[in-house]
Amino acid sequence: MHNNPSDLIVVDQLSKYYRVANKQPGFKGTLKHFFDRKTYHVPAVTDISFKISPGEVVGFLGANGAGKTTLLKMMCGLIHPTTGLVDVAGFSPQRRQTDFLKEITLVMGQKQQLIWDLPPMDSLYVNAAVYGLSDHEAKVRINELAEMLELGEELTRPVRKLSLGQRMKSEILAALLHKPSVLFLDEPTLGLDVNAQARVRSFLSEYNKRTGATILLTSHYMADITALCPRVICIHKGKLFYDGDLDSLANSLSPSREVKVELKNPCASEQFEKYGEIQDLNDRFVCLLVSRDKLTDVVSNLLTDFDIIDLEISDPPIDQLIGELFIKGEVN
Amino acid sequence: MRRYFKTIRLFWSTAFASQLEYQLNFLIELLAMLGTLLGSVFILSLFFTGGRQLGDWTWESALVIQGVYTFLDGLTNALLRPNLTEIVNYVREGTLDYVLLKPIDSQFWLSVNKFSFAGLPEIILGLSIVFWAAIQSGSSFSIYSLFVFIISLLIGFIILYSVWFLIAASSIWFVKTWNATEVLRALLAAGRYPISAYPIILRFIFTLVLPVAFLTTFPAEAILGELKFNILFFGLILSSLFFIFSRLFWKFALKHYTSASS
Repeated sequence: MHNNPSDLIVVDQLSKYYRVANKQPGFKGTLKHFFDRKTYHVPAVTDISFKISPGEVVGFLGANGAGKTTLLKMMCGLIHPTTGLVDVAGFSPQRRQTDFLKEITLVMGQKQQLIWDLPPMDSLYVNAAVYGLSDHEAKVRINELAEMLELGEELTRPVRKLSLGQRMKSEILAALLHKPSVLFLDEPTLGLDVNAQARVRSFLSEYNKRTGATILLTSHYMADITALCPRVICIHKGKLFYDGDLDSLANSLSPSREVKVELKNPCASEQFEKYGEIQDLNDRFVCLLVSRDKLTDVVSNLLTDFDIIDLEISDPPIDQLIGELFIKGEVN
Repeated sequence: MRRYFKTIRLFWSTAFASQLEYQLNFLIELLAMLGTLLGSVFILSLFFTGGRQLGDWTWESALVIQGVYTFLDGLTNALLRPNLTEIVNYVREGTLDYVLLKPIDSQFWLSVNKFSFAGLPEIILGLSIVFWAAIQSGSSFSIYSLFVFIISLLIGFIILYSVWFLIAASSIWFVKTWNATEVLRALLAAGRYPISAYPIILRFIFTLVLPVAFLTTFPAEAILGELKFNILFFGLILSSLFFIFSRLFWKFALKHYTSASS
């Protein structure tokens, strides 16, 4: 595989296996676990390949335990791959060279790096020193980011007294102090209320536009992904099963649309069978699944064939689709 | 290098600030420290009432050892305990990830990140006892003996640090705070008395296996002008080996961490 210079991140046939041991419940199980531990390898990530260009915002989708975080950690150098190759900005992440570390940052929604008892400002200056920024540089940078994040006096209040949203924004500020060009965000909006989520989202999108930084993020909130990521990579049981833009994912996931009809008079179900798959039929209400290519024909036929009061066409919601996808474990 | 010094300065000033956040706690810590200190001087004074001697040490020269012990204990409270007992939390909470992604040596970060100012009075008091007792026992200071004293203190501290760090680093596998701290304090406490006060076998063990002698007895001998040069030389090599081993072990532990963590 040759590396195109336009690729910022290259992941090639990457796999990670964990060695685990199971413990049976009870005292006997404990004894057995202690003396005769049977370990075996569990694949966390299997044979994943993709490339990411500079400036892209890519969302990683997957159920809990699908391997998203493992993948993210391999890309920032915290986990060594079992086999395969990762290249980020020309570096091998697992070596964690200084020049590489200055290029990247990691934000984990469920772990914090700010000092709990002190205002974020103190932690920020510590970080600035670690990254070798002068006090002046740090000040300019903090002001710039604080303005974008709408943080003001929160920065001089002890972290323990901040709301979750304020804390998360401060965490993001701390993580971006050194102007990283690659951002790894693991559930950055975890636990935030809808407004705070939206603010983090709009910040990330603005940051991406302003600085051209590449953003890789995982999230459980579909809204994060739909708002931020033109491209998504879906992981299921450690395997990659979709890599492409979000819209065509929706299309490939749901080749059909929902057509809901309210009739003037009740009709028998047999009358609708030729139009599409009947989802629901209840007196005067019918819900049909109709494939996209037949949609216009079906709708016009319905309108001519029946006495219709109301008609509604909708897409099944994307998160529901993806949820189903993870249950089925396959792509159409 | 300058970056590291600036980082330490900021680490410690933030540590100071976070300790002051809880004023009462800080005060209690200071009081507790004072209590321990008085207690240990009192116990030592009991040993020597009635003209008894410990090994071949007089009351004054044994007090030098007590001073060195107090100094090291202060350093332990100020630096080793707050930092090294915290490593297990970094591992358990996964915040070690943040440390590993900083462009700075992770062992450095974990070893100097905090500084407990409650240890400072003990450090100062320890040094005062050392000098007062050394003068009492008729030692004449020279630049050379002071220099040897500082070097031998450094040797003792590095050995203590390395052993402690080794044990703390093993939390990467065990992910559990086990009471390693107490074991090490006991080790250090064994150094409250002159090494020659112990039976021959223990003397041997404390010099070569668990280098307790290097922690307190040898620095005390240094300030009293009695330390032999070859012991100093041996100490330099031993402490370097301990330190190098702690670094190698940390690298090894991280390799395990990065290949096993999730």
